[in-house]
Amino acid sequence: MYKIIRKKALNPTVTLMEVDAPLVARKAEPGQFIILRANAEGERIPLTIAGYDREKGTITIIFQIVGGATETLNSLSEGDYIADFVGPLGKATETEGLKKVAVVGGGVGCAIAFPIAKKLHEIGCEVHSIVGFRSEDLIILEDEFKEVSDKYVLMTDDGSAGEKGLVTNALEKLIEAGENYDEVITIGPLIMMKFVTLLTKKYNVKTVVSMNPIMVDGTGMCGGCRLTVGGKTKFACVDGPDFDGFEVDFDEAMARSATYKPFEQKAREEACNLFRMEVK
Amino acid sequence: METPNMSLVKNKMPSQEPDVRNKNFDEVALGYTAEMAIDEAKRCLHCKHRPCVSGCPVQIDIPEFIEEVKNGRFEEAYQIISRSSSLPAVCGRVCPQESQCEQKCVRGIKGEPVAIGRLERFVADYHNANVTEAPEKPASNGHKVAIIGSGPSGLACAGDLAKKGYDVTIYEALHVAGGVLAYGIPEFRLPKSIVQKEIDGLKALGVKVETNVVVGKTISIDELKEEFGYETVFIGSGAGLPKFMNIPGENLNGVYSANEFLTRINLMKAYLPDSKTPIMRPKSAVIVGGGNVAMDAARCAKRLGADVTIVYRRTKDELPARAEEVEHAEEEGIKFAFLNSPVEVIGENGWVKAVKCQQMELSEPDESGRRRPVAVEGKFNEIECDCMIMSIGTSPNPLIKSTTEGLDTEKWGGIVADEATGLTSRDGVYAGGDAVTGAATVILAMGAGKVAAKAMDEYMQGLK
Ligand SMILES: Cc1cc2nc3c(=O)[nH]c(=O)nc-3n(C[C@H](O)[C@H](O)[C@H](O)COP(=O)(O)OP(=O)(O)OC[C@H]3O[C@@H](n4cnc5c(N)ncnc54)[C@H](O)[C@@H]3O)c2cc1C
Ligand SMILES: Cc1cc2nc3c(=O)[nH]c(=O)nc-3n(C[C@H](O)[C@H](O)[C@H](O)COP(=O)(O)OP(=O)(O)OC[C@H]3O[C@@H](n4cnc5c(N)ncnc54)[C@H](O)[C@@H]3O)c2cc1C
Ligand code: SF4
Ligand code: SF4
Ligand code: FES
Repeated sequence: MYKIIRKKALNPTVTLMEVDAPLVARKAEPGQFIILRANAEGERIPLTIAGYDREKGTITIIFQIVGGATETLNSLSEGDYIADFVGPLGKATETEGLKKVAVVGGGVGCAIAFPIAKKLHEIGCEVHSIVGFRSEDLIILEDEFKEVSDKYVLMTDDGSAGEKGLVTNALEKLIEAGENYDEVITIGPLIMMKFVTLLTKKYNVKTVVSMNPIMVDGTGMCGGCRLTVGGKTKFACVDGPDFDGFEVDFDEAMARSATYKPFEQKAREEACNLFRMEVK
Repeated sequence: METPNMSLVKNKMPSQEPDVRNKNFDEVALGYTAEMAIDEAKRCLHCKHRPCVSGCPVQIDIPEFIEEVKNGRFEEAYQIISRSSSLPAVCGRVCPQESQCEQKCVRGIKGEPVAIGRLERFVADYHNANVTEAPEKPASNGHKVAIIGSGPSGLACAGDLAKKGYDVTIYEALHVAGGVLAYGIPEFRLPKSIVQKEIDGLKALGVKVETNVVVGKTISIDELKEEFGYETVFIGSGAGLPKFMNIPGENLNGVYSANEFLTRINLMKAYLPDSKTPIMRPKSAVIVGGGNVAMDAARCAKRLGADVTIVYRRTKDELPARAEEVEHAEEEGIKFAFLNSPVEVIGENGWVKAVKCQQMELSEPDESGRRRPVAVEGKFNEIECDCMIMSIGTSPNPLIKSTTEGLDTEKWGGIVADEATGLTSRDGVYAGGDAVTGAATVILAMGAGKVAAKAMDEYMQGLK
């Protein structure tokens, strides 16, 4: 059992939790993830390690409430226990030798991007963070990003904060203005990462994407997380989650991520009904 | 001596009717009654040269335990079995008896062999149902042992060492212990309560089970030895990496590895109506392969309501699955398409629509006497389906090898270990089961765990 030390709502649908998991905290690196089950009946879901404190033995996760499992997780409070919490899984993001990087995050993907931006900053790399949200009320980690970024560009779909537009607009502007990045690291919805790579391909800037397919075990045992990268099948949980964005078959990944749409819809409705009954 | 029961056939196993059981996940075979067991035990001739014993990988004293059954002394029979086996309730259910103990039984020369497996199961179930006193926890000898993986090899190794007073901790990657017994073999063949009972028994002996620890990620073997103070480590991590065929369309929605399909069903209980883990409920499923895994996947898909076809590139005679599983699958209405080998998965809107198969034929026997399947030029079949499950084998996960310096492995990934002791290329590190042999059987994995336990004991006693 893994105790929730701290819980904080970052916006109406995104929650941060700091969880007591000393064995995971000993080894965690930016880019890696954990798999948890909120309770004994829960689904196994992967979440990125958004932060770690080796001394306290804690791991921070930041998750968006999108369906049944994240709904259940969010129903737990400080002091409660998470049934299962395993990690750190996947490969850490490679940061060695990088001098200037654009970190492009979308929505809750910013939670995954942040520890990478922080690590890059710590090793002395110049970090340009470009983050995008649908609207102002959904913005997360603004101060944290600013602290580790040499440049911070905020985009919103509706223009309610920062500049109006997409992260790709901002990235293109920076590249056009002569910023020479060693690498672009992008994390967010599949469709966003696809368009970021289409753009960077045009300018031939190496681009790393963090893939988040549906997972079960996270150790290479089920093959459910498989993707096509450079024409070869890869397991995101052990070979990734970071991949060369130019090589990833995004259309296939998007199709695969929709495998359980009807089931998820039903689970979501059940969770909502339960919530409504409790409110009554 | 009383005259033996000369019936040419085994006592039939009471089972759920095929048309009923293919819609539920309850155990198919219901087990002998005491009368049936005694009657079956009377078929044993107590052969002096004990051929059956030589067919059992762990050399259970078969005629001796059967003698006790004959006399209605079931607990005594259990004690005899447990001298050699730590998992009789499991092996009695899942051993491929027809190619092991029962194959050697003299009663099999004319008629059916003695139902050794069913008797073993009966005896173990009797013990589990009637003997409740917990085993006594032995006094600690102060030596620490780490076991990686909680499959049959790890459980057997842990049990033998705990009985000797070792301080044993099992590290398991998943959230439930049991290995393939928990995540692979379905409830209707091996009820999970039986597996749980074995694990509870180990805990009563003082074995600690740490789930949610992936060795190689959460912690390395070197850390276990150097920082955590384990004197010996046993690697029983199995062969859990699924193979795919690398044919076009394999990543379409609806294509599963058997591991994923079975894990969702067994480990995550996705077949229960209120499960939180989704599973596809296929209309028609094609299962590729011919082993136990393929039969399990097929029978699970059937129970989820699918029309099921098993595609296998050889013929019925070459199916590697246990005979009983094949028979059960057929009874349950599962179809077989023999001499077919998938070459392409055909999709529509991102989902599987059909599997295109190359038609095969068996070649003339080669020097080894084996008839290999060869393609019949230009002949293809298309089988329509909305789900395809790949059950063409697994190999050891490279995670432990890649994070343990100096641990030698074969080219195909198997850990190199001495057959007589389980010792690997690393001092104090032992291995056994599927991680060493590649996908094999429960009884072999269990036997390997016991062999290593003995060698680990000797090693640690030498350490002081
Ligand atoms: C490596 C990795 C890291 C991730 N990191 C984060 C993170 O830091 N913060 C965050 O909010 N989300 C993260 N996700 C996504 C997160 O796992 C899903 O949001 C979560 O599983 C949704 O579960 P649900 O039952 O609440 O929603 P559902 O209603 O079941 O699903 C909503 C969507 O989530 C995705 N999803 C569902 N089940 C799974 C699963 N078992 N594995 C992966 N994706 C699934 C699907 O795309 C689905 O359409 C990550 C995913 C991966 C693979
Ligand atoms: C579907 C199916 C049906 C089968 N049917 C039969 C049958 O009828 N009869 C029969 O005799 N055999 C059968 N087998 C084969 C049999 O189950 C295996 O040979 C046996 O379980 C191997 O035991 P093991 O202890 O070597 O490993 P496993 O049972 O594979 O257990 C290994 C355990 O180690 C864990 N692990 C792996 N890596 C790590 C790590 N890095 N850190 C921590 N833990 C780790 C795994 O999660 C797993 O729990 C079947 C197998 C399958 C998949
Ligand atoms: S363990 Fe298996 S091979 Fe040995 S006697 Fe029992 S059923 Fe036969
Ligand atoms: S070979 Fe068959 S008949 Fe002979 S002792 Fe063994 S079980 Fe009995
Ligand atoms: S999540 Fe099962 S193999 Fe990656």
